[in-house]
Amino acid sequence: MKKDYIRPLDIRSGCVDMGHGAGGRAAAQLIEELFLAAFDNEYLRQGDDGAALAIPVGAKLVMATDGHVVSPLFFSGGDVGSLSVHGTINDVAMCGAVPLYLAASFILEEGFPLADLKRIVDSMAAASRAAGVPVVTGDTKVVEKGKGDGVFISTTGVGVVPAGVHISGANARPGDAVLLSGTIGEHGVAVLSKRQSLDFETTVVSDSAALHGLVAAMLRASDGVRVLRDPTRGGLATTLNEIARQSNVGMLLDEATIPVLPQVEAACELLGLDPLYVANEGKLVAICAPDAADAVLAAMRAHPLGANAVRIGSVTEDPHRFVQMETSFGGRRVVDWLSGEQLPRIC
Amino acid sequence: MKYIDEFRDGAIAKKIQARLHAEAQPARQYSFMEFCGGHTHAISRYGIGELLPHNVRMIHGPGCPVCVLPIGRIDLAIQLALERGAIVCTYGDTMRVPASGGLSLVRAKARGGDIRMVYSGADALEIARREPGREVVFFAIGFETTTPPTALTIRTAQQEGLKNFSVLCCHVLTPSAITHILESPEVRQFGTVPIDGFVGPAHVSIVIGSAPYEHFAEEYRKPVVIAGFEPLDVMQAVLMLVRQVNEGRAEVENEFTRAVNRDGNLHAQALVSQVFELRNSFEWRGLGEVPYSALKIRPAFAEFDAERRFGLGYQPVPDNKACECGAILRGVKKPTDCKIFGTVCTPENPVGSCMVSSEGACAAHYSYGRFKDIAVKVEVAA
Repeated sequence: MKKDYIRPLDIRSGCVDMGHGAGGRAAAQLIEELFLAAFDNEYLRQGDDGAALAIPVGAKLVMATDGHVVSPLFFSGGDVGSLSVHGTINDVAMCGAVPLYLAASFILEEGFPLADLKRIVDSMAAASRAAGVPVVTGDTKVVEKGKGDGVFISTTGVGVVPAGVHISGANARPGDAVLLSGTIGEHGVAVLSKRQSLDFETTVVSDSAALHGLVAAMLRASDGVRVLRDPTRGGLATTLNEIARQSNVGMLLDEATIPVLPQVEAACELLGLDPLYVANEGKLVAICAPDAADAVLAAMRAHPLGANAVRIGSVTEDPHRFVQMETSFGGRRVVDWLSGEQLPRIC
Repeated sequence: MKYIDEFRDGAIAKKIQARLHAEAQPARQYSFMEFCGGHTHAISRYGIGELLPHNVRMIHGPGCPVCVLPIGRIDLAIQLALERGAIVCTYGDTMRVPASGGLSLVRAKARGGDIRMVYSGADALEIARREPGREVVFFAIGFETTTPPTALTIRTAQQEGLKNFSVLCCHVLTPSAITHILESPEVRQFGTVPIDGFVGPAHVSIVIGSAPYEHFAEEYRKPVVIAGFEPLDVMQAVLMLVRQVNEGRAEVENEFTRAVNRDGNLHAQALVSQVFELRNSFEWRGLGEVPYSALKIRPAFAEFDAERRFGLGYQPVPDNKACECGAILRGVKKPTDCKIFGTVCTPENPVGSCMVSSEGACAAHYSYGRFKDIAVKVEVAA
């Protein structure tokens, strides 16, 4: 088919302009030459306003949506594109579902370099392809310069829950084991290290990854998995408090078992941050029946994304719903919700 | 982590704990004030209070720079952002301190003030270089630890001839605050706050050295042990204080020899005295006006003094009446003595300054220590 556009999109030195969001020829060209070229699949190629999807009969659908406004857009171990795919796949997977499709909405700021946009979209396409979850529909809008932060991406994911699986944050019971799939804090530190105001040298790489494969392996290993959650913003501490509140239970953690990379610990020490509250994008917390803990842990450790999985504590009966921790120093303390933003100490 | 893990070793903590229990005389009460918020944080974060003998009490002092910042000073910074259109830059934990009219720097930012969190005065300087058309004010707070970097920032701005940069100087001095507490009626006259000694500041002492505390040991007969912020540092310092009390000594001892000496950092001290001079008086939140307890910018650097540049007039603002921060900062009350602690006043909605910074006595107790006596029951589901 002959192309409608005589002059191709100037990806090398061009910028997003208001025309790319106006719905006219420029918008169509951006979609065709950038988004379609990257994501290419049968649903997108139909060019409809939405995607007609085949869903298994009688299946329970899971839908999750997530907005991505990370700054900086590119960081060690990923970028906003791959992050937007992993984050939403993980949200679907944490409901015990097999993720099937993604939808993506882009809000672009006028003046944003097309080369950077292509880099983000290519990374997103690669992540989606590697995960086996295609982007089947999408939308693009452009806002005036100064009204955005380069690129905002919202992704929505759809998945189906296999028969017999019932995962919810409300399912934790006293005595259950609290499992963690690996070291914490890498994503937050990797992003912080690239912030303009900090810009410190570190070997820490974001852990951004799609966890649905790991979840599938865990669910295959045992039917005793009750809660799954990925500790993203607010970190491990906030996630555990969310679960404690949802399930009306407490938790008792053993600080010495919680794995933190020395580089992450050092960066947090320097900035006065607590790794328990630093974001992760490729880790999960699982709560499972006590007699299932060993099998689930073994399955996690057999998967590349759960190689460092550990049991970090137990669910307790506690009407106050406190997450408490035996410190490695010998004392005990509350691990509280994050209050506002975690702010660096002054001295 | 090398040089950190060694000072968080639970096994060594148990040994110091055993020594403390052996040496603290049962018939005696020991009350020590840790001056620095860093120590308050470590005590709560690691549960050190539980490891000390029952007759050893730690009193949280006014050593958190965020906690002692009076409302009127934050109002000035907000005024610069909202009414004068300046870019106001400050350290992160200053952002949430309550100010007048239900505002804080975070809330003023949401109302359109250009308020930016920076990690150092040098970051603020960089913003001024990048945006020459805007007035950039660095809202500088802190004890002797953060003062030398601010001095350097002002000197650099002068050397570069920057025309759009100034500093709202709120730097305060540790020894003056300790004197103020020792001279307070609660300590001197009524004896309601018994202080048997001080855990001396860590980072502050790297700059000023241990010599400035000799006055307290000699004049007031109060032992001072300068300690690092790691939990073993704090426990060791408490043991050293117990020993001084037992032996009737009042000396300045240095537990933090890996970073502190008697003279401190002379280069930093010279820089500070080049740029700053003593204020006759300065209001501290909770302590009121404290004579010669803060610094102002010298006339030679007047163009970089935000108070002169913008003609700011300081207006003191009383604290919320229900808030006990003042008494808590003076060691008269504990956080749990405050009626609004944990109910009206929480880290999400801090009424008083002690609930804002993680180093504040109330925030430390709320975040780490509250309900620690509640039994934890682990039951295996049937």
